[in-house]
Amino acid sequence: MEKNTVVRLSRICKSFGSENVLNNIDLEIKDDQFVTLLGPSGCGKTTTLRIIAGFETPDSGEVYFDGKVINDIPPYRRSVNTVFQKYALFPNLNVYENVAFGLRVKKASDREISEKVREMLRLVNLQGFEKRDVSTLSGGQQQRVAIARALIMQPRVLLLDEPLGALDLKLRKDMQIELKNIRKKTGISFVYVTHDQEEALSMSDTVVVMNDGVIQQIGAPIDIYNEPANAYVADFIGESNILDGVMERDLQVRFAGRSFECVDRGFMTDEPVDVVVRPEDVDVVAPEKGMLTGTVTEVTFMGVHYEVIVEIRGFKWMIQTTDYVSPGQFIGIFIEPDAIHVMKKSEYSDMFGDYSSYSNELDQLSENTEEEGRE
Amino acid sequence: MKRGILQRAAAAPHVVWSALFIIAPLIFVLYYTFTGQDGSFSLDNITRLGKGNYLMIFVNSLCMALIATVICFVIAYPAAYIFSRMKKKSQKLCILLIMLPLWMNFLITTYSWMTILEDTGVINTLLGLVGLGPVHMINTPGAVITGMVFCFLPYMILPIYSVMAGIDPKLLEAAADLGCSPVQIFMKVVWPLSVGGVISGVTMVFVPSVSTFYISQKLGGGTFQLIGDTIESYFTGTAVNYHFGAALSLILMVLILISMAVMNRFGDDEQGGALI
Amino acid sequence: MKKASRIYLVLLFGFLYAPLLVMILISFNGGESTAHMTGFSLRWYREMFKDAATLQAFKNTLTLSISAASASTVLGTLAAVGIDRMKSARLRSIILSVTNIPMMNPDIVTGISLMLLFVFAASLIGYSTVLSFWTLLIAHITFCLPYVILSVLPKLRQMDRSLPEAAMDLGCTPMQSFFRIELPFIGPGILTGFIMAFTLSFDDFVISNFTSGAGFETLTIHIFAMIKKSVKPDIYALSTLIFAAVLLLLLLYNLLGGREEDMAL
Repeated sequence: MEKNTVVRLSRICKSFGSENVLNNIDLEIKDDQFVTLLGPSGCGKTTTLRIIAGFETPDSGEVYFDGKVINDIPPYRRSVNTVFQKYALFPNLNVYENVAFGLRVKKASDREISEKVREMLRLVNLQGFEKRDVSTLSGGQQQRVAIARALIMQPRVLLLDEPLGALDLKLRKDMQIELKNIRKKTGISFVYVTHDQEEALSMSDTVVVMNDGVIQQIGAPIDIYNEPANAYVADFIGESNILDGVMERDLQVRFAGRSFECVDRGFMTDEPVDVVVRPEDVDVVAPEKGMLTGTVTEVTFMGVHYEVIVEIRGFKWMIQTTDYVSPGQFIGIFIEPDAIHVMKKSEYSDMFGDYSSYSNELDQLSENTEEEGRE
Repeated sequence: MKRGILQRAAAAPHVVWSALFIIAPLIFVLYYTFTGQDGSFSLDNITRLGKGNYLMIFVNSLCMALIATVICFVIAYPAAYIFSRMKKKSQKLCILLIMLPLWMNFLITTYSWMTILEDTGVINTLLGLVGLGPVHMINTPGAVITGMVFCFLPYMILPIYSVMAGIDPKLLEAAADLGCSPVQIFMKVVWPLSVGGVISGVTMVFVPSVSTFYISQKLGGGTFQLIGDTIESYFTGTAVNYHFGAALSLILMVLILISMAVMNRFGDDEQGGALI
Repeated sequence: MKKASRIYLVLLFGFLYAPLLVMILISFNGGESTAHMTGFSLRWYREMFKDAATLQAFKNTLTLSISAASASTVLGTLAAVGIDRMKSARLRSIILSVTNIPMMNPDIVTGISLMLLFVFAASLIGYSTVLSFWTLLIAHITFCLPYVILSVLPKLRQMDRSLPEAAMDLGCTPMQSFFRIELPFIGPGILTGFIMAFTLSFDDFVISNFTSGAGFETLTIHIFAMIKKSVKPDIYALSTLIFAAVLLLLLLYNLLGGREEDMAL
């Protein structure tokens, strides 16, 4: 059965001053769906969420709710609710009153309120916390209150703005599972904003990858990972070796100085393309058996596997393997046809190269600056 | 973010109020300054400032206020530092005790100072008991400055204390860790971070000191006039002259504006220097 | 070091409390003089309660300070909200600078500038003077306003911007969100502003001196007029009572405030 579309964004543009934050965004959110907006800070994902909530008005384009344009409907008359980044719990109210807030505004009866609040607190596992001051709660507990406070309104769509960003890793993992369960139990559509690709892949039905105010790709997590639409998505989601190639004909692509059998078709003859090979899809073999050969320059132990950097014809590949190789070793690599993914050239084609500047430290540094960049 | 129109217009009554009762009165000061008793334009009030002993009065006021400000600073800075290093509970109590005298009417407290400083007052009585004195204190510049320091000292302590209490103790530890001696820690960390509080303290003491008119009358015994006394005498005294009084006020205002600009400049330099 | 700072503080508080001590002692003095102690008595307290002029002045002062503090708190809170919501940073800084004038200007200049305005207003409508309770009230509201605004504004700035958004998200109109969420949040700032306004107004002498009329005497003006002749110790008695009341209020405020903080922890 085809699900109903609840929210639809059509050709949404938004700029703050001279800065274009959103550029022609088209997006559909259906009933009973977990949609994640994924992208780096400043990509426009939070603005998209705020437009759905009604805190921002688009400069052009329409927001539809149940088929009706709601551009001019203020937030307090929309059937969507939000879980804010830093929870935004009301400091002057206790847990019970925070959760009851929306119903109180609606002037629901005390009995209805007490029933629903109890139900919600049970849903988020916070029974017994009714009288607690919200400032005495831990981050994870505040998070739960924020979710209960929004869900009690029984919205058609729940908007979550990086809700797990402030929690530590262990708690974040637990909450991810819990959020998925809550969503299944309630059947409410979630629109979830995050910059954490793992979170996006593991939780959602649909991932929307955004960058520079443009949607790069919409798809199921597995498709986003296996069939990235362009070099940007390939680089942002997981690790990838992105090489310049030429499509010689259907099912045959040439890169790294030789032709490979592949599973892609539908390109023009000799069309320049980007070729993506995921590090875990590369097998390490003896040099004489290898499709390509090169010298190992760096080996990092990662727990489950080793991360190996191999220089092949001046391009540094990343390979994830469980077999130990040592730096300086001459090895061959083997790639299955279905491990080769061919993409059309895009504006991002030359921005992501090999792993020559790769190091763990750099990775961490860039992550930190991203944290600071967010508000 | 959309907001109710009402909330955005909430400042409107205040804007009207400010225009009527802050801006307009200042325009009247200007107007009275540049008109004569008959209401026609005149520079007489300005030229008159150069005559007589008005220059002396201004210089006197500035000097007294400056001395009082410096004394307040010298007393307040260590006190604020001591408070900021106390336990939280003691800090609260001490600040309360510093603020309490502010609630007392300064006319009364100034009068009490008269009782203390008089030739037959508390201090001289005590001195007499141990066979000393009497020392003449009342009706001297020293008495006036004592009164000023008493009245305005809390205004120096409070802002300095509040910036000092805001200094993260870890900063001091970090400085020590990086090899600073206690003196260096003070010069390179504590002082630059507290300059802001010192500046607001200095302004809060200097401005009322330079314009005070009651303290000098009582503790100075009318032996010397300060600018505040002079201005007051032209508005409520026997020789009422609003126009000349307005001119004096205008000059006082300009003087204070200049001092504050210099002060802020000095503060910027201090902080800039500290950064280098 | 510890000892040195203790001695230092004793001297400091000695200096700050010496005149208050003198005031309290004299208020219990049996004799007429404010300079010599002749024995303990409550005579001046009795006299004070019989002194109609002083009591009237005290009542006037209370009326004035409560009115001025209430009016400036309402006006100032509204202004702070409006200033906080203002889009143009330039307009905001202009308004704030103008607001701060009465705080930066010497009281005497604020006083005479308002007096000149009132004098002009009187001549405009052909009265000999408009100085009265109302001019005094206007003056007091004017110099209290910046203090209220400056204690409310930081609270508004401290507030997480998502709080009103969350309220609206849950169905509040902007007005409801203001009264249900924002007002309780900035409440402590408003209270501080009110208390500051009240004490400033209660204690003010300089500005009142220029803006009050003959019909309405505040305590400070009453004292000033009295001091010109000679001070009767019953003023000291009144001041001692005020001191005791302030001390009590401050302690209460602190105890209550302290409990709130403990609860927050």
